[in-house]
Amino acid sequence: MAFLALSDIRKNYGPQTVVHKFDLAVERGEFISFLGPSGCGKTTTLRMVAGFEVPTAGSIKIDGKEITRLHPNKRNVGMVFQSYALFPNMTVAENVAFGLKIAKKSAAEVKSRVEEMLNIVKLPHLAGRYPYQLSGGQQQRVALARAIAIKPQVLLLDEPLSALDAKIRVSLREEIRSLQRSLGITTIYVTHDQEEALSMSDRIVVMSEGRAEQIGTPFEIYNNPTTRFVASFVGTLNVLKGQALDPASGLMRVDGQEIVSAKPLPAAAGAECSVALRPEVATIGHPSIAVADGKNRMIGTIEEVSFLGSVVRIRVRFQENAIKLDVFNNPNAAPPERGAEVAVSFAREDVLVLEGGHA
Amino acid sequence: MNQARIGAWIATILGALYFVVPLIGTFEFSLRMRRGEYSFDAYRVVFGDPQFQATFAYSTLQALATIVVGVLLVVPTAYWIQLRLPKLRPVVEFITLMPLVIPAIVIVFGYIRLYNSSSILPMTASARATDLLLTFSYVTLALPYMYRAVDTGLRAIDVRTLTEAAENLGAGWPTILFKVILPNVRSAILSGAFLTFAVVIGEFTMASLLNRPAFGPYLQNIGANRAYEPSALAIIAFVVTWACMGLINVFGRGKQIKAAP
Repeated sequence: MAFLALSDIRKNYGPQTVVHKFDLAVERGEFISFLGPSGCGKTTTLRMVAGFEVPTAGSIKIDGKEITRLHPNKRNVGMVFQSYALFPNMTVAENVAFGLKIAKKSAAEVKSRVEEMLNIVKLPHLAGRYPYQLSGGQQQRVALARAIAIKPQVLLLDEPLSALDAKIRVSLREEIRSLQRSLGITTIYVTHDQEEALSMSDRIVVMSEGRAEQIGTPFEIYNNPTTRFVASFVGTLNVLKGQALDPASGLMRVDGQEIVSAKPLPAAAGAECSVALRPEVATIGHPSIAVADGKNRMIGTIEEVSFLGSVVRIRVRFQENAIKLDVFNNPNAAPPERGAEVAVSFAREDVLVLEGGHA
Repeated sequence: MNQARIGAWIATILGALYFVVPLIGTFEFSLRMRRGEYSFDAYRVVFGDPQFQATFAYSTLQALATIVVGVLLVVPTAYWIQLRLPKLRPVVEFITLMPLVIPAIVIVFGYIRLYNSSSILPMTASARATDLLLTFSYVTLALPYMYRAVDTGLRAIDVRTLTEAAENLGAGWPTILFKVILPNVRSAILSGAFLTFAVVIGEFTMASLLNRPAFGPYLQNIGANRAYEPSALAIIAFVVTWACMGLINVFGRGKQIKAAP
């Protein structure tokens, strides 16, 4: 049985449904990310777990106990907010001690737990400071310490890093993940940052318009997206539109050139269909150089070359279709030039055939 | 110095003179009780008057009671409006501004009609009950100042998130209100409290028509019957009011609790 179970959750605001039939089973100690654009229902779902919103239908259970309508202060769920939500009138130590005092822990226990928590988040020297005397990253660490001090059954993080600068974001996300692993705390993390979700999660729930589009490991989500939305939201995606020739064998024509996908095409022969490619799966070479058997090969012209440091992004146009490719920067070779004719090759397995036909 | 600046200075000086000259005149007159020389005799008489002490103590007590009742009424109301009923804010703001629009005499006549000795709730039938009625009427009078001050303070903090954070850590409503919200709007509450004090300490209409021994009616009575003491009392009242304003500034600027950025 799942440790945290959301079953058939629905949330309406008046006539508008913001979360539809949401099901999720989270194992004990698992790190799950809700990933999606603004307004997709990820924060609303998280808030239902925290108890700040009551589902219109469905049930939420933690360790088999029904908590759907339980008041937030009775749930034993820790939450870290995007805006930190530290109490401005309390010092760092008082903030961390707040939940422990409410739980009526002894003074000695509160003191030792606060010290332990501040050591964990590496801020023991700031115990006497007020929140306004801390940087954003420090405040979020304190918020994290405060949330885990009460030993919650589930830890919820609502875009905790989005207000921080890029460098701190990367270091803090690593800290959060290692802390979560060491404490073994079941965690739900809401983000719209795919890199965060991919790098931190055991599993990702990609959400769109109040629905879970796909639930899977970061590897599955990135490499085997099941819907067009997931494929386009997670990572960069090139869409190739063409005509299905032999759908069963995955053969189609794109701008007068034939390509094959490993999976059957979800379209009738002769009908328009589209497939997708990740930028990093294709390679470019001189048109005269042959490619390995079984690989797709398309001839196009370089339209744009963008130098991004470690990677060079190249846009190749065929006719109607154009794709972006990423190649590693090679300091000993100049990047390809605009206008050059090139052969783009990619494996059949790398052609993404997405649910619903149109990629 | 350009012309605009000269104009500004002239306007400032004229404005200051308009306020300060009568005050200086009153102060100077209050010192003339002893013939031929300046003295603080008028102040000595006033401070030595048992009625002054009694009425001032009464009004101070009323002001403190008004502040306590006002804070207990306004803080939870403004907090609840901000948190759960933001659409009601214009309605509540309108209601809180009513005492500025409706004259105090109208309100007190309303009270007398509603709570007279032959009514269901005869609050004017005994002195203690009338004191209570006076406190409530002062709460009404001070409502615009107290509500505005508290509402402004609440808007400066993220009430919703702080409430949710406290709830999430297991806190119930009393803890949230007294340990999280109140300390963070402390300077706003103090501003409202000092304004309330300034309003109540010299209030005449309500206290006079409810026949209570407050400082306002005492001021009026002295003004009608004495020469120098009213001037001394005017200066004392002015100092008390300005002391309240000064305290608002001190506490407003003091150990400011800043919201986390």
